[in-house]
Amino acid sequence: MGFYFAQFLTGLANASSLFLIASGLSIIFGVTRIVNFAHGSFYMVGAYVAYSAVTTLDLGVFGFWFGVLAAAATVAVIGLLIEVTILRRIYGSPELFQLVATFGLVLIFQDITLAIWGAEDLLGPRAPGLDRAARIFGEPIPEYDLALIVIGPLVLTAIWLLFHRTRWGILIRAATQDRQMVAALGVNQAWLFSTAFMLGAFLAGLGGALQIPRESVNLQMDLSIIAEAFVVVVIGGMGSVAGAFFAAVLISVLNAFAVLVFPQISIVLPFLVMAIVLIARPYGLLGKPGSEHGSPVEPEQPLKLMGNKAAMMLATAIAVLAASPVFVSDFTTILLVDVMVAALFAASLHFIMGTGGMVSFGHAAYFGIGAYAAALSVKYFGLGMLPAMAIAPFATAAAALFFGWFCVRLSGVYLAMLTLAAAQIVWGIVFQWQDFTGGDDGVVGVWPAQWASADHVYFYVALICCLGGIWFLRRAAHAPFGYALRGIRDSQTRAESIGIDTRSLQWAAFGLAGALAGLAGAVFAFSKGSVFPDVLSIAQSVDGLVMVLLGGIQALFGPILGATVFVLVEDWVSRLDYWRFLFGLTILVVVLAAPNGIAGGLERLMRLFDRDAGHAGKQGRVG
Amino acid sequence: MISRRLVMSALAAMPLAGLAAAMPSALSPSAAQAADTIILGEINSYTRLPAFTLPYKKGWELAVEEINAGGGLNGRMIEVISRDDTGDPATAIRIAEELVSKEGADLLFGTFLSNIGLAVADFAKQKQILFLASEPLSDAIVWSKGNRYTYRLRPSTHMQAAMLAEQAAKLDAKRWATLAPNYAYGRDAVKAFKSELKRLRPDVEFVEEQWPPVFKIDAGSTVRALEAAKPDAIYNVTFAGDLAKFVREGSLRGLFEGRDVVSLLTGEPEYLLPLGDETPDGWIVTGYPVLDIDTEQHKAFADAYMKRFGEEPKVGSIVGYNSILSIAAAIRKAGSTDTEAMIAAMEGLEIESSPTGPFMFRAADHQSTMGAYVGKTALVDGKPKMVDWAYADGADYLPSEEEAAKLRPAE
Repeated sequence: MGFYFAQFLTGLANASSLFLIASGLSIIFGVTRIVNFAHGSFYMVGAYVAYSAVTTLDLGVFGFWFGVLAAAATVAVIGLLIEVTILRRIYGSPELFQLVATFGLVLIFQDITLAIWGAEDLLGPRAPGLDRAARIFGEPIPEYDLALIVIGPLVLTAIWLLFHRTRWGILIRAATQDRQMVAALGVNQAWLFSTAFMLGAFLAGLGGALQIPRESVNLQMDLSIIAEAFVVVVIGGMGSVAGAFFAAVLISVLNAFAVLVFPQISIVLPFLVMAIVLIARPYGLLGKPGSEHGSPVEPEQPLKLMGNKAAMMLATAIAVLAASPVFVSDFTTILLVDVMVAALFAASLHFIMGTGGMVSFGHAAYFGIGAYAAALSVKYFGLGMLPAMAIAPFATAAAALFFGWFCVRLSGVYLAMLTLAAAQIVWGIVFQWQDFTGGDDGVVGVWPAQWASADHVYFYVALICCLGGIWFLRRAAHAPFGYALRGIRDSQTRAESIGIDTRSLQWAAFGLAGALAGLAGAVFAFSKGSVFPDVLSIAQSVDGLVMVLLGGIQALFGPILGATVFVLVEDWVSRLDYWRFLFGLTILVVVLAAPNGIAGGLERLMRLFDRDAGHAGKQGRVG
Repeated sequence: MISRRLVMSALAAMPLAGLAAAMPSALSPSAAQAADTIILGEINSYTRLPAFTLPYKKGWELAVEEINAGGGLNGRMIEVISRDDTGDPATAIRIAEELVSKEGADLLFGTFLSNIGLAVADFAKQKQILFLASEPLSDAIVWSKGNRYTYRLRPSTHMQAAMLAEQAAKLDAKRWATLAPNYAYGRDAVKAFKSELKRLRPDVEFVEEQWPPVFKIDAGSTVRALEAAKPDAIYNVTFAGDLAKFVREGSLRGLFEGRDVVSLLTGEPEYLLPLGDETPDGWIVTGYPVLDIDTEQHKAFADAYMKRFGEEPKVGSIVGYNSILSIAAAIRKAGSTDTEAMIAAMEGLEIESSPTGPFMFRAADHQSTMGAYVGKTALVDGKPKMVDWAYADGADYLPSEEEAAKLRPAE
């Protein structure tokens, strides 16, 4: 009995840590609707600053707690600066566009932290006065764990009081429910958003600082916590702080007991729980309907058919690309294959996000399943390159239809997080099922057939698959299927009222986008010769998201632009020292200069030229 | 208004302009390298795992400088073109392609993560270029997925686990628990340790296994789960941040009291130093006792390293340094940088003098016999150290060449 109680307390202590970071994330999302990838960075910076403060001050109990609070305050100020200088400028952008900026910030923070604190892990002191274990029912429990168990609910209470007993809190809650109404009542939104963001950053910094007595401060902290923090927020219900607390307790306590029975489950446990919760409760434990969507945006302009000039430009671009192996080096053709694979992957993601209006945080699942389907059919059935490539889209479509069946029942961020859960579960299976998939040792020896092994020959294989796939998606977007999807995206109710079977169409879109992501995965597998679970990772999904949003979600060629820029800039910049800083900075510059994505930026540029040439500026999106 | 729009539009176009500036370098035909320079292509996870790869980089830099100062190899200078693989196997392959087809690298070396090592090894086989896997520990690189073009320097998971099993067999402990990160390295390390220890001591039993996700250990719960099994001894494979958490929770909760702990890689300064004054006492570990090694070759290396970089060498430094020594020996023996000649030279290549002593590359499985130091952890004058250590020659912890050859796929 004592043993299980001790395990329960351990779970609660972990829950407090998780809650602190998740609560900040939840507040930020609730008010500003920003999906803040940089929240993990705030957490990491909080830990580093606290480490420096506590070790330099060295003032015992007072020094420790002062250091922790000072670190949290420092992170709050950093958060404020970021909100004022960057995020405030892009609130008007399409839904989720701000996450690209926060992705850039993650990269910048990683390099800044490395530059300031160095590469080595830093082990801070234990908390003075709480540096031993207490005995409860004869079981040793670290005193600091007990402190954390108290701190979690204390912070929750403080937030509750702040939200229910102060005018500021009431405004924040109002803004969480209806931003426009709050604005209409004359509340200064900029001020409200800044303070909410600051509070969120403060909590993340506090969460990081409080980890010092438990673990070493290291450069992996940001990415190792962020996914789990999102999971907690979503299970709890977006914008619900109390929900986040329950979710943190649920996950942590479950994990504390799961390791006793089946230790391997830890790698997917949070995602499994999230999938189950979302299937049962589409808005999380305490979320409310309406909490699922990001910033309200104006309905998009209809897609415009391509004009003569644009068609000619496109034909020229394709011709140049097709002829490129003649005049560029071997390595450039290889790089171009990577660009085309990324473009098809991004285009397929854009099809469900842009055309279908369903955001996916887990599109890597389909890219990865395609890659693995191709690689495994080579490994087990000895299939040739072309049959293996042909199988991939079908295998992927089947998987996408399976997961899609659950996903299309949700919407907004909840849908996105369920796709992430699906991707993580697939990742977990591939990672763990070593006998079949090779686990993280992957599948090697997946090279192109003999006739296609020359770089320029494989280039044409990739060209046909990728351009064919992109063409197909474009065709689908302009077909009645695409019109219906866009109708559903812009108004589900109206679409239903004119007799469109919205769920089936969305489901079909899921399958189609999955199939083409799978094709991209297959082309990728043969171009690299090996497949590892990394193709299914969150990082792969995030890359896709950034490509789509960076390119411009409102134009069909946006993802292609985004993918091209992303791959080429990363390839070029990663030759330099501190390249993550430069890459992040580049992303921020693009984001600030082109708040509708690169496609939007280009379009404005074109309009400018058109007007200079005497034409009236035309409205409408380039399709 | 117009001027603002102009500025904004110009800004919007900027990244594309930057791209255009970047493109010529990608589009230009292979830059002709000076014909008399030996180009070594190097790939590693510099941004993903800087704590280990930066000392490694300094190690090979030092060796390259020394060789070039001594007149180069066969009269040719060597140049290393080093790239960051960003921790992603696909990126590593792209970089490998570039190093080979554009930079004209004569061979490839490096990598830290096992999956990247495996990806580049398979690439080397496909493109028929020599690859020296410097740091990855995976057994698969030389055994189940070994190939003609790939050699590996660092003592493998199997070798280091076997070194520890030998020491573990001398303990009284009969009931063992294992703790390893849940991925290939952890699984290989547990498998090798179990089979070696069972071979030496058929009477031991393994009563508990814990598999936390790498870098996400829930240390409190894991420590409790280990405690619940009441083992006599614990075999630990976690490292870096997970290790620090495990040590802290374990000592707080009294897990290590009266128990032997055997721990892989924990004596490496990269992982030992961050533990500071919480370093556990008397863990049996593999590692690197740095300045306590008083052979002439090691002293010379350590002095040169500290003079050049102002810090003590780490395991990475040794691996980087020995990588270049191995490559240099191979090129000298081959008399050229022709791949076939270098591969012939690598088979059974002997490096007679290195900071860690002589070692060779076995012809049968392409594994080097470079060893590791086995000893105990201790706090000496408030600093973490390895004590009672001895050098374990890698050759003693490998299966015989005949057996090892059977582990490899048929060529």
